[in-house]
Amino acid sequence: MTTRKHILRTFVIFVEDRPGVLNRAASLFRRRGYNIESLNVGQTHVDGVSRMTVVIEADEDSARRIEANLYKLVNVLEVKEITHEARIERELALIKVNAPPERRSELMQVADVYGARIVDMSSNSMIFELAGSPDRIAGLKQVLGEHGIQEMVQTGSVAMSRGAAPPMAHLGHRPTDLEIQ
Amino acid sequence: MSVLPKELPTASNEPQHPVPTDALQALAQQRATFPDHRGEVLSGAQIMWESLLREGVEVIFGYPGGAIMPAYDAMIEYPIHHVLVRHEQGGSHMADGYARASGRVGVCLGTSGPGATNLVTGIATAMLDSIPMVAITGQVHAHLLGSDAFQEIDITGVTLPITKHNYLVTRVEDIAPTLREAFYIARSGRPGPVLVDICKNAQQDKAPFVWNDAAPTLPGYRPVHVPKNDDIAKAAALINSAKRPVILAGQGIIRANASDLLTQFAETTGMPIAMTLLGIGSFPASHPLNLGMMGMHGEAWVNNAIQESDLIVAIGMRFDDRVTGRLATYAPYAKKIHIELDPSEINKNVKVDVAIIADCRAALTELMPAIQKGDRSSWMGRINSQKGDSAVRDIQSLPDSGKLFAAHVIHDLWRATSGNALVVTDVGQHQMWEAQYYKHDAPRMLLTSGGLGTMGFALPAAIGARFARPQADVWVVVGDGGFQMTACELTTLAQENIKVNIAIINNGYLGMVRQWQQFFYGGRYVATPIRSPDFVKLAEAHGLEGRRVTTRAEVMDTVAWAHSRPGSVLIDFRVEQEDSVYPMVPAGADLNDMIRRTPSPGAVAAVENTPNTAGLPSQHNPIFETGEDE
Repeated sequence: MTTRKHILRTFVIFVEDRPGVLNRAASLFRRRGYNIESLNVGQTHVDGVSRMTVVIEADEDSARRIEANLYKLVNVLEVKEITHEARIERELALIKVNAPPERRSELMQVADVYGARIVDMSSNSMIFELAGSPDRIAGLKQVLGEHGIQEMVQTGSVAMSRGAAPPMAHLGHRPTDLEIQ
Repeated sequence: MSVLPKELPTASNEPQHPVPTDALQALAQQRATFPDHRGEVLSGAQIMWESLLREGVEVIFGYPGGAIMPAYDAMIEYPIHHVLVRHEQGGSHMADGYARASGRVGVCLGTSGPGATNLVTGIATAMLDSIPMVAITGQVHAHLLGSDAFQEIDITGVTLPITKHNYLVTRVEDIAPTLREAFYIARSGRPGPVLVDICKNAQQDKAPFVWNDAAPTLPGYRPVHVPKNDDIAKAAALINSAKRPVILAGQGIIRANASDLLTQFAETTGMPIAMTLLGIGSFPASHPLNLGMMGMHGEAWVNNAIQESDLIVAIGMRFDDRVTGRLATYAPYAKKIHIELDPSEINKNVKVDVAIIADCRAALTELMPAIQKGDRSSWMGRINSQKGDSAVRDIQSLPDSGKLFAAHVIHDLWRATSGNALVVTDVGQHQMWEAQYYKHDAPRMLLTSGGLGTMGFALPAAIGARFARPQADVWVVVGDGGFQMTACELTTLAQENIKVNIAIINNGYLGMVRQWQQFFYGGRYVATPIRSPDFVKLAEAHGLEGRRVTTRAEVMDTVAWAHSRPGSVLIDFRVEQEDSVYPMVPAGADLNDMIRRTPSPGAVAAVENTPNTAGLPSQHNPIFETGEDE
């Protein structure tokens, strides 16, 4: 039985690398009123194939329809929901924080605890770089907030299932039957 | 009981309604012997027409302009008939009407900017009703893209949510493969409109004409779905054990040419069939298992049958809100089977127990061997027993008081055309009366804008249909409001010298809105009284003939007159001004919670308040309880 619960769901979408593909996907999400938490697009190791990671709040039925609607886009090659799979999910954050000389050692300890790197330092600031789960980034942001954040940038999630990948044969040919259910 | 005049003229001799066939036949011959230009260096414009020929295009509906001029300049070299429309919206509806009437891809053509945006309503109409269409637009020179050049508009951006797919072509080499893909996508799977925007430089530049007859390779496009054995078995089990089943037949049956299988399925199982508006014709109206149209203006017995059913088999339909009424109380006792080609429609509005994702023909083919013969005569008897009450309320049963009711016009049109007309309706009250009173026995004989509900659709769509079906008796049934939205296409009709019969159901109001104002807005008729020109004189101004009809006694004679005339005619039927379409399920109300027509004083109100099944609400007037603006 399907669940009516609305949870954050992670979709991995392989698309043809063509002009306007991101626009088509974004237009679909907007038009159908899907509640996007984050969206990330980038290249893959296969020429002409891009990979999107989209986090959407949805219940089980909606998730199936999101998949089905994505498949209706001609340039979408494959859609996988990996919410319930063991996976690595990462976001990247760059945080520029106030760092007067007397605070530097304390801030370096913070970096240590969170596994963040300090990638730039000036007389009065430091830039933290952290790749991690959304929770960890939120934690670091809170701690650094006490020191005064000057600016911050954060990507959406990118995600990958653990273990060996299924063959990417689907990216090269057209299946005749859609295993959608 | 009958109030019809004793002796009615009949359509004794089948009317002939030719398109100017000589010219079209000459073009058809030229197409058959058209030389092969593959490998030759051609302009992009020539490549466009070569590609259209290879896709089987025989007629195209368009309007020239700056950015599409190279294509127009090359057009005269090619044996494709061009219909000069008066507004690009008309062109898009003509392509749509051509597609609906023929099952083939309809093609319209326009220039950049306003030419392209004028197509938008027709493209959206085709999208909502899954109609195969290719719209070609000119675009400014590629090096001007994004510069707000004269008549530049981002039409691929504009039409992104209302096309199945669209393309911007900037290079001549891409024209042929793109058009090949566009036609393939438009007609395969769940059909839909595809727009191809071609830059002027691509039309002007030259390249070798390369054409690949094989289906295009589109790695992400999956139009074919094979029914799964497991789903078929589950569906068959539900069907074989159902006591009170109803089939809901939609347009998917017509698209898949599956009417024969549907008939076989219904007759084997003894299951009654209710139709969606677009499903009308998928199953003969005269068949005893055909209940008629369901939904907001469906007959009472149809909606009651759905609400009382224990199994719904929905085939090629999508549970539109006009069909279901309030979802929470929809068919509460029924298990539901959904046969549908588009997986994204499954569980969208109505949660179903079994989904068979496949084309209707494939699904019914697989299903038939698993189906047991069934006798559902007691269930049919129960449904039929409710028809008496409806007959009493039927406007047909009103005594002829000298007034002309739209229902009379439609009913008599049906008689006078022997039920064989290809009727193209607009949107509104007349559309619903047509669906209720014109009994269509064959597919593709009623063309109407269902999903988008586009006023102004009828006249241009009928022109398109005329080219698809040169021998059909084409009738436009249109309201006085909708007719005026695209009345400019009368000139197209005259210029093309083709025969289309136009019946304007003229009540002096935007009738459906007026009806809602009467029911739900305290009778305040705001902006619904509409003044019209003298339609007969308007026809005459276009060199067409027109007549006005004000009494029922004249209807049959006037239809016969229309048949007798060689050219297009317009009939202005001056009908009762404030009549309403009954029954009516107010938007958001339970499907069996209908506003009913009060039985006429003379009629025998024998079956007042048909008994309902236990547990279902008894009938009451829901006007003041559930009317809401949706």
